[in-house]
Amino acid sequence: MLTARLLQIAVTMAALSFAMFLLIGLMPGDPIDLAIAGDPRLTAEDAARLRALHGLDQPLLSRYAAWAGGLLHGQFGHSRLFAQPVAQVIWPALASTLVLLGAALAVAATLGIGLGLLAAARPRLAPAVDTIAILGQSAPTFWLGILLIILFAVTLGWLPAGGTSDAGGLDALRFLVLPVATLAVANLAAYARHSAAAVGFTLREPWITAARARGNGEARVLLRHAFPNAAVPVLQVAALDAGALVGGALITETLFARPGMGKLIYDAVMGNDTNLALVALLLVALVTMLATLAADLAQRALDPRLRDA
Amino acid sequence: MRLALGLTLLGLLALAALLAPLAEGWLGHDPFTPDLFKRHAPASAEHLLGTDDLGRDLLLRLLHGARVSLAVGVATALAAALLGTVIGLLAAWRGGVLDAALMRLADGMLALPALPVLVVLAAADTGRIGLPRGEPLSDILRIVAILTVFGWVGVARLARAAALSVLARDYVRAARALGASEARVLLRHVVPNIAGPIAVATALAVAGAILAESALSFLGLGIAPPAASWGNMLANAQDLVFSAPWAAVWPGLAILMAVAGCTLVADGLRR
Repeated sequence: MLTARLLQIAVTMAALSFAMFLLIGLMPGDPIDLAIAGDPRLTAEDAARLRALHGLDQPLLSRYAAWAGGLLHGQFGHSRLFAQPVAQVIWPALASTLVLLGAALAVAATLGIGLGLLAAARPRLAPAVDTIAILGQSAPTFWLGILLIILFAVTLGWLPAGGTSDAGGLDALRFLVLPVATLAVANLAAYARHSAAAVGFTLREPWITAARARGNGEARVLLRHAFPNAAVPVLQVAALDAGALVGGALITETLFARPGMGKLIYDAVMGNDTNLALVALLLVALVTMLATLAADLAQRALDPRLRDA
Repeated sequence: MRLALGLTLLGLLALAALLAPLAEGWLGHDPFTPDLFKRHAPASAEHLLGTDDLGRDLLLRLLHGARVSLAVGVATALAAALLGTVIGLLAAWRGGVLDAALMRLADGMLALPALPVLVVLAAADTGRIGLPRGEPLSDILRIVAILTVFGWVGVARLARAAALSVLARDYVRAARALGASEARVLLRHVVPNIAGPIAVATALAVAGAILAESALSFLGLGIAPPAASWGNMLANAQDLVFSAPWAAVWPGLAILMAVAGCTLVADGLRR
């Protein structure tokens, strides 16, 4: 299963890189046209020389082969926008995004599972939790972010509206609060819905009745007996929602001006930096698929029933 | 109950979209022409929801945004439903290698983070192939086309699963035994019986498309101003958090209503 999944990830990466490269390559115009538009003194000979220098006179397929071969050897090329090697731009951005994603995932899962347990343990509260879940799922991430900025940064002035800290340490945490809250609220709905359903289902199992009959308190039954058995469907949400979480990170980073992968892709796209945009997109896709795989493997480790399937 | 609530929400929004040109006459404002003497006006009798940084009436822009957002949502969902149904039917009917290839393709698409891919797709300069950017209609077509790239997957998976179970039924074998052509079996017997799951997937596709369109327009890659969409109204509102914070409230609520409405309809249809 692991080999098959890794193979599928490799095929998906190859297909994605090929499709994207082709799409951008097939569009008329190339970076040299941009350079000509930017500097009218460039002559036709200059343009031809530059095209030959950058290999743009080669057919599209051989350009793709050279580019993809370079990627496989760790040569990510240069960024037009930052005038730096892509590798130097991309790793700090990935680190920043992973911090944001990790914190948001932790908050979303904790709050979501908490709401789900509440709904399962107190059926009277279930409709309220359901409503919260539908609203959280339907509200656009950037709207939540703007509302949080208006409330906490503009009106109350407690937290910065965006950017990052130069000081580091505790000060950096203040810059993380609003982005993490935005991303977490947007993603907790799925955790609430799935854990409510899974725990509710588990609570009807006979061994729960047995645990109650032995005189266990309701809290102990819920946390010690019902919840661990509901953990597997919750991990499934983490696997299914990885892509949505990463998409939300792109929006959140752009909104809060955080220098992560999402903002990098956005800036590269807006700045016509094709190479940086493609490399960053491929890296984000790879990380997302590996995270999904990790969540699936964790499910198998937790639930022996899934191993034979 | 859920179905009724969802349909009510969507009906209200559809009504708002239909009323947009009439409301222009009633209120006597033009939602696209700047009026720099009335910038950042809070809600008043003249401007019920206030004005933006160019003095344009926010209520009218909200109503016009409903036209764009709902059009993109419905058009994308219909395109995705058509493409997804065809692919799902084909996979279930042919089986074998084609089925495996199509479903691995669907798995691969699902595993990708959609929004970053959409951002790169949306940046492709369609002006060079005759779809000028900034024209409302060509913007809408462009967004519908790129959202359909991801939209078909959900429909195709549900359509395939439903078609597989229908194709194994006795009435399909009976129809074949009676000499019905394969086209007739698929169109007369299979498609009507998988309409339920397809409707659910389509309702969810509308919700997904409205959210994705608003996200792309928010990022400046979707519907370009001066045309109004809920997404680009929020992009504008982000610049106004100090001077006109009220501008951020309504477009977001409208998106929330539309997406929650579609989700409720899908939930209702599923039961």
